[in-house]
Amino acid sequence: MEIVVLLKQVPATESFVGIADDKVSVKTDDVKWVINPYDEFAVEEALRIKEAHGGSVTIVSVGRDKTAEAVRTALAMGADKGILIKDTISEKYDGLGIARILAAVLKDIPYDLIIAGQRAVDDDNFLVGTAVAEFLNIPNISLVIKEEIIDGRIRCHRTIEGGTVVIESSLPALITTQRGLNEPRYASLPGIMKAKRKPLDVKTLADIGLDVGQFETSGMHIVSLKFPPERKSGRIIEGESAQVKVSELLRALREEAKVI
Amino acid sequence: MSKGVLAITEQLDGVFRKVTYEALSEGRRIADQLGCDLTAVVLGSNVEIIAAELGKYGADRIIAADNPILDEYLTDTYTNVISDIIASENPAVIILGASMQGKDLSARLAARLNVSLAMDCVVIRIEDEKLIATRPIYGGKILADIAMDTKPVILAVRPNSMGITETDCAGDIEKYDANIGQTNLKFIEKTLDTTKIELTEADMVVSGGRGMGGADFSVLEELAEMFGGAVGASRSAVDEGWRPHADQVGQTGKVVSPNLYIACGISGAIQHLAGMSSSKIIVAVNKDPEAPIFLKADYGIVGDLFEIVPLITEEIRKIK
Ligand SMILES: Cc1cc2nc3c(=O)[nH]c(=O)nc-3n(C[C@H](O)[C@H](O)[C@H](O)COP(=O)(O)OP(=O)(O)OC[C@H]3O[C@@H](n4cnc5c(N)ncnc54)[C@H](O)[C@@H]3O)c2cc1C
Ligand SMILES: Nc1ncnc2c1ncn2[C@@H]1O[C@H](COP(=O)(O)O)[C@@H](O)[C@H]1O
Repeated sequence: MEIVVLLKQVPATESFVGIADDKVSVKTDDVKWVINPYDEFAVEEALRIKEAHGGSVTIVSVGRDKTAEAVRTALAMGADKGILIKDTISEKYDGLGIARILAAVLKDIPYDLIIAGQRAVDDDNFLVGTAVAEFLNIPNISLVIKEEIIDGRIRCHRTIEGGTVVIESSLPALITTQRGLNEPRYASLPGIMKAKRKPLDVKTLADIGLDVGQFETSGMHIVSLKFPPERKSGRIIEGESAQVKVSELLRALREEAKVI
Repeated sequence: MSKGVLAITEQLDGVFRKVTYEALSEGRRIADQLGCDLTAVVLGSNVEIIAAELGKYGADRIIAADNPILDEYLTDTYTNVISDIIASENPAVIILGASMQGKDLSARLAARLNVSLAMDCVVIRIEDEKLIATRPIYGGKILADIAMDTKPVILAVRPNSMGITETDCAGDIEKYDANIGQTNLKFIEKTLDTTKIELTEADMVVSGGRGMGGADFSVLEELAEMFGGAVGASRSAVDEGWRPHADQVGQTGKVVSPNLYIACGISGAIQHLAGMSSSKIIVAVNKDPEAPIFLKADYGIVGDLFEIVPLITEEIRKIK
């Protein structure tokens, strides 16, 4: 089983992300960078499949210099090798641009299964994995909470509103992760030591035969970023007894908020 | 010239999803501004009967692809059929609900057609004939206005974000003979809990956190039932094994925008807020007056949830 994980490095969710002066880009100077949580599930699942079926796990990421840290973390978890497409303006591409770069990388490496996150928690696009599958002309199953590989096919439990659907696909295929799939392992100390010697291939777009300009415009751009209206802290309802507080809450919900 | 708005509907066992009505209503509004027609697409088996209903939500025409193979959603069959319809209809705008199916379908369609997609958008406006979609990013910490230039564009609207408007339109049904095309996916089975109201579509959500102290969520279930609402959970409650993953609200769970969200025994971590801060009214019940959730709640009650929540249920029962 040759397994490829598409991994994005994103700001940790507890980090503050500001809006830059140009109002169309974000300020990420002070953020802590982590592996996208849904991609962590992807790394873990890839490792489990490798443990059960043999093969190797390759991490592919499009990012910047510092993205190497995220790829190294995945190697320390147990992945075999990493490919980082380093590109200083990748933030400016939309999801389809990134998907095209990833598809171009995948054309040159073997894969039976590709695992991506359902979404990256920075752009919340829910797009790149599925788009990569389309560009590679392979099937995709999204939001997977359980998978089994039997006789060269993959059978997945996919979440839908109010339940799950079981879908089977031929391989190669691409699946995206959903919470519930697994609990990602931590990188162990020996794992971290070993990761230092694992191959991490850093390339530019030109190295893989792509032209930077090719991806710069793909039909959508941010015209402005703003913070959502700040939720003001409301009112703590006081009262001498729980009953009094609750009565006042219901009055407020009915008369002020008009939600009941 | 591409023209018209095409709404892709979603139905499950003969019942349309609420977000389908929201997408249709929004589609109608866009069609009126662009001065064009709204066409709805329905896929599935025996869908002609239910398709007629869509005229009520503003569809001028309804294309019904009635085919037993389309009974269950599969990414490839649906993408094949819908891209054929798009090729013959040549719409300027494609709109659909960003349900789990809608997200999967819209992503694959965007890649196949090579057009812009505004995933999970909450507001859509037209400025100088250009579509601008507002979508939350960074877990709702930032709102991005995105201008979309391709023809067509795809708009996947977040559930519970846009209103439903009833407007009687012709709703003429045209039968469509679908060519399923190549498929590599096979539907095996489906398990549904139909007694539950879907979290993302519920008008009222009451969630429990670690403060529940165990898997017994009956006090919350009784309150939710009073409202016809749904029960959610914090990640801690899910990690404890008290609630299924599907109930988790937050960054790595579901994003909900009900009219009323009641957080019980939830401290209000940023990752939880990412899933519920777009609720219209937030109520928090927590015994710790310092709990950060109170900073985001419209109304807070400091107290033991096991005392407060049953009293709320009782009061509501009295009103009803
Ligand atoms: C990458 C990542 C993703 C995450 N994703 C999510 C997510 O999607 N959703 C999510 O919720 N969290 C998520 N988290 C976890 C999040 O950071 C918090 O740990 C979690 O939300 C805390 O859950 P809690 O509020 O239930 O528990 P706690 O923080 O332990 O709070 C329990 C609260 O209950 C109160 N309480 C206790 N007993 C009672 C009582 N009898 N009556 C009233 N109040 C009582 C306490 O005062 C306390 O405020 C994520 C974390 C990470 C790192
Ligand atoms: N720059 C990137 N490099 C590698 N994989 C990515 C990148 N961006 C997105 N992905 C993958 O696509 C998934 C969905 O991302 P998105 O469509 O941006 O929400 C992520 O969870 C990753 O698996």
